[in-house]
Amino acid sequence: MGGVKQFLSHFFVTGPFEIGGDVSIGLVSLAILFVLTRYKLWGWLWRNWLTSVDHKKIGIMYMLAALLMLFRGGVDALMIRTQLALPNSQFLGAEHYDQIFTTHGTIMILFMAMPFIFAMMNIVVPLQLGARDVAFPYLNAISFWLFFFGAMLLNISFVIGGSPDAGWVNYPPLAELQFSPGPGDNFYLLSILISGIGSVATGINFLVTILKMRAPGMSLMKMPMFSWAVFATCIDIIFAFPALTIALGLEFADRILGAHFFTLNGGGNPMMYVNLFWMWGHPEVYIVILPAFGIYSEVVATFSRKRLFGYTAMVTSLLLIAIASYFVWLHHFFTMGAGADVNTFFAIASMFIAIPTGVKIFNWLFTMFRGRIRMTIPMMWVIAFIPNFVIGGSTGVMLAAAPADYQYHNSYFLVAHFHQVLIGGVVYGMLAGMYYWWPKMFGFILEERFAKWGFWLFNIGFYVCFMPQYPLGLMGMTRRMYTYPAGLGWSSLNMISTVGAFVMGIGFIFIVLNIVSSIRHPVKDTTGDPWDARTLEWSLPSPAPHYNFARIPVIDSRDQWWEMKQKGMTKPDDSTPLAPIHMPKNSGKPFIMGVLFFIAGFGFVFNWYVLAGLGLLGVVITLFARSFDYDTDYYIPVDEVKHSEAAFGRS
Amino acid sequence: MAVDVDHSVVKSADHGTMLEYSTEDGALKILGFWFFLAQDMILFACLFATYLILHNRTAGGPSAMQLFDVPGFAAETFILLTSSFTYGIATFQMRNNRLKSMLIWMGITVLLGLSFVSLELKEFITYVLQGATISRSAFLSAFFTLVGTHGLHVTLGIFWMISVMIQLVKRGLTPVTARKAFIVGLYWHFLDVIWVFIFTVVYLTGVMK
Amino acid sequence: MTDKDQTIVTAGGHGRFPWSHVIGYIFSLVLTLVALLMVINHVASGGMLLFVILLLATIQIFIQLFFFMHITEKHGPAYHIITLAVALFFTFAIIAGSLWIMTFTQLSS
Ligand code: HEM
Ligand SMILES: [Cu+2]
Repeated sequence: MGGVKQFLSHFFVTGPFEIGGDVSIGLVSLAILFVLTRYKLWGWLWRNWLTSVDHKKIGIMYMLAALLMLFRGGVDALMIRTQLALPNSQFLGAEHYDQIFTTHGTIMILFMAMPFIFAMMNIVVPLQLGARDVAFPYLNAISFWLFFFGAMLLNISFVIGGSPDAGWVNYPPLAELQFSPGPGDNFYLLSILISGIGSVATGINFLVTILKMRAPGMSLMKMPMFSWAVFATCIDIIFAFPALTIALGLEFADRILGAHFFTLNGGGNPMMYVNLFWMWGHPEVYIVILPAFGIYSEVVATFSRKRLFGYTAMVTSLLLIAIASYFVWLHHFFTMGAGADVNTFFAIASMFIAIPTGVKIFNWLFTMFRGRIRMTIPMMWVIAFIPNFVIGGSTGVMLAAAPADYQYHNSYFLVAHFHQVLIGGVVYGMLAGMYYWWPKMFGFILEERFAKWGFWLFNIGFYVCFMPQYPLGLMGMTRRMYTYPAGLGWSSLNMISTVGAFVMGIGFIFIVLNIVSSIRHPVKDTTGDPWDARTLEWSLPSPAPHYNFARIPVIDSRDQWWEMKQKGMTKPDDSTPLAPIHMPKNSGKPFIMGVLFFIAGFGFVFNWYVLAGLGLLGVVITLFARSFDYDTDYYIPVDEVKHSEAAFGRS
Repeated sequence: MAVDVDHSVVKSADHGTMLEYSTEDGALKILGFWFFLAQDMILFACLFATYLILHNRTAGGPSAMQLFDVPGFAAETFILLTSSFTYGIATFQMRNNRLKSMLIWMGITVLLGLSFVSLELKEFITYVLQGATISRSAFLSAFFTLVGTHGLHVTLGIFWMISVMIQLVKRGLTPVTARKAFIVGLYWHFLDVIWVFIFTVVYLTGVMK
Repeated sequence: MTDKDQTIVTAGGHGRFPWSHVIGYIFSLVLTLVALLMVINHVASGGMLLFVILLLATIQIFIQLFFFMHITEKHGPAYHIITLAVALFFTFAIIAGSLWIMTFTQLSS
């Protein structure tokens, strides 16, 4: 009995926050179970969503997950800021504080930003290219479920076993078994390893899609800018993620096999981890920002009613950034002191990236210049992004000056820098994309009143929260300190920053309200082209039919749909006869594989190797079962296509 | 997949047809697999980099020079090189539409693969029995992980090959089975390349004076 | 660049005897053997020897790619070749970069 009790008290984390977490998780799960059962929705959920291989549905699931994670990460952020609002605060205590900033960072980068860009990629790219799905729809579903169950694995750590607390970068030797015993750190490693497999698969999937599945006539230089951005991102994904896999895999080997890669004894070298981690880490920040750049390009062109300025320069910059971002990783550890030659090379390489980035900023400005600008919600997010990124980029260049970085490194100056680019760049971009493509996803437009409140509160809150952090950093406040004494002159700036954080929180609530109220009083998008936009996705009805295009369009210009409208067309050419459409069948295996990976991961976290082995075996069996399954696709007959096109008022 | 199957069979430059490329889907998957290999190359690059950084850090334990046994790793190398060749022949037979002979060559490849894996296991066990385990030193951690990751790839490849052979027996040479066989081949030859580098960077430099 | 060009170019996939495979095999055997013998008989000093055996290994990449992996076959533009070239370049960057960056710790240990 005593043993069981002891086990349980280690297994379930106990403490006021955790019990609060337990209760809320329990309540939400019960509510979900209740609604699904009460309205007999289980079958619907399974058939339409969990087994779906439709890129649009997968994209929507990614987006919902990302918003949920934005909420969880946001709550973490508010707790951090509450702790720091006053000097000598004991609100969280050191241990909780460490756990919370660790999960905050991990969730925001890997389980919020990543799924959000995957959401946009999935929803938009095939539609923009005139394709009926991605190249490998089944693999796409696997990617999603690996991400999803990876994210779940990290999230349960809060109530089961204990959260990781070695920072989102998880540096050794702190993250080694010696200093971080217990399952917390394993949760970090396994959740990212599992979702990382999915990310690489997505990278490959979209590269093939973009290279091989463009509609006839769409040469690469006629491809919409968002798809170009996704292309550049995917290059970074497939060449950067392996480095993360190795860094985390080797650290995991240290922890479970007693290896000595990054330990202090046995000849290990902790800095090798840092080296590998940033070999992924720097490209990663571009993996998340490039799709946002793509969204800005689409939105700016649409709402300025102009062709995107400097298309070729934009493409060149994207590719330059994608490649160059691979050669700057050392700027995250200048202070290791690798030597003047090494630091100089990486400092110059880092500053170089500012050039193509600047080119893009100017191109957006020139697109707006003399355009007939419409101040819609997506456009407001874009315009707000520009000053943000100018500041974030400039502070980046300051940080990239190696000798100066010895001062800035790991101070609040750095914290302010990366939030400026990640929030002001990535989150603003994703929100712009969400507002812009929402009608395409769901068939109705998000209303503007709450949206504007959300926008202004979030944007003002952002500056109030993060501007004080630059001087705080220069005044010597380092990151990851859980409290500070009074009398250092930091107190009022910290208080202001916390107020700003809560204003952002209120802004987020307005965005949620905005979505809820729009669902209750939807403004239907009947035309499929509510913004009078330029690219192919807007030639389809909203939401798009599951086969996307009844007839694959033939492309002759860059802004194909815009040019068609100029010629007086209001819908795609429907003079050619319809043909049966070849589609992939839904499958439950990706979901099951996600569950099995989750089981294996959970087993490894607690060193229960039998469970882990069973989970992995299950994964392998599912893989082979798929390989032997030849009944994977079907044809939609012409009649059915006709019927559903007629329902959209088309033929 | 969502692309319509292109029923016109693609002709190769000289004559005959290449089943594995004959459908749009097959061509997409082959390209996707090349991208996967590019990704895997980076994975191994990171392991090689780690090995190179750590290979002198023996922490007082055995060094490469003391452990490695020339006949042993030479045998592994020649077996794997040969298996790459035999799979090449299997692909050749496939292209000539000779299923039976293709299966025989694939079978030979599987056997060679198995003997490679058993030799490697034997090598590992010998080291472990001498106390040279993964937790002995940074050098050994890096060694076992790099070579072991390759070994795991090979093991997976063997199972995969067998599964493709079963599908070939059941369904004959179709665009789908041909594509699968071709892709396993790419994987197998790729592992051979990686091994050549393990042979050179780990073993040969390890025994170099 | 367009995808119009969907023809496939093969590298000797057909015929009665797999000449190219046999040649590739012989090449790979010889290159491996040469490297092995050079090391066993230490025909040169460390740095030089290292350079030569790495060169031999690099040649083997191309042997596998051309004789066994049919890299010249393509279906549309040769995207896979470009990707492999980029991957090789990054591989070099990772290994050379790591060595360059991390050697300072070698000195200090
Ligand atoms: C002109 C472009 C940029 C330059 C020159 C630059 C430079 C730097 C430098 C030198 C550091 C390390 C500072 C230190 O640790 O002392 C850094 C940190 C960081 N940057 Fe940037 N940056 C740029 C753009 C971006 C963008 C676009 C993003 C993300 C979208 C980003 C995200 C980050 C993050 C997340 C960190 C901190 C990671 C951590 O230590 O936890 N940066 N940046
Ligand atoms: Cu960076």
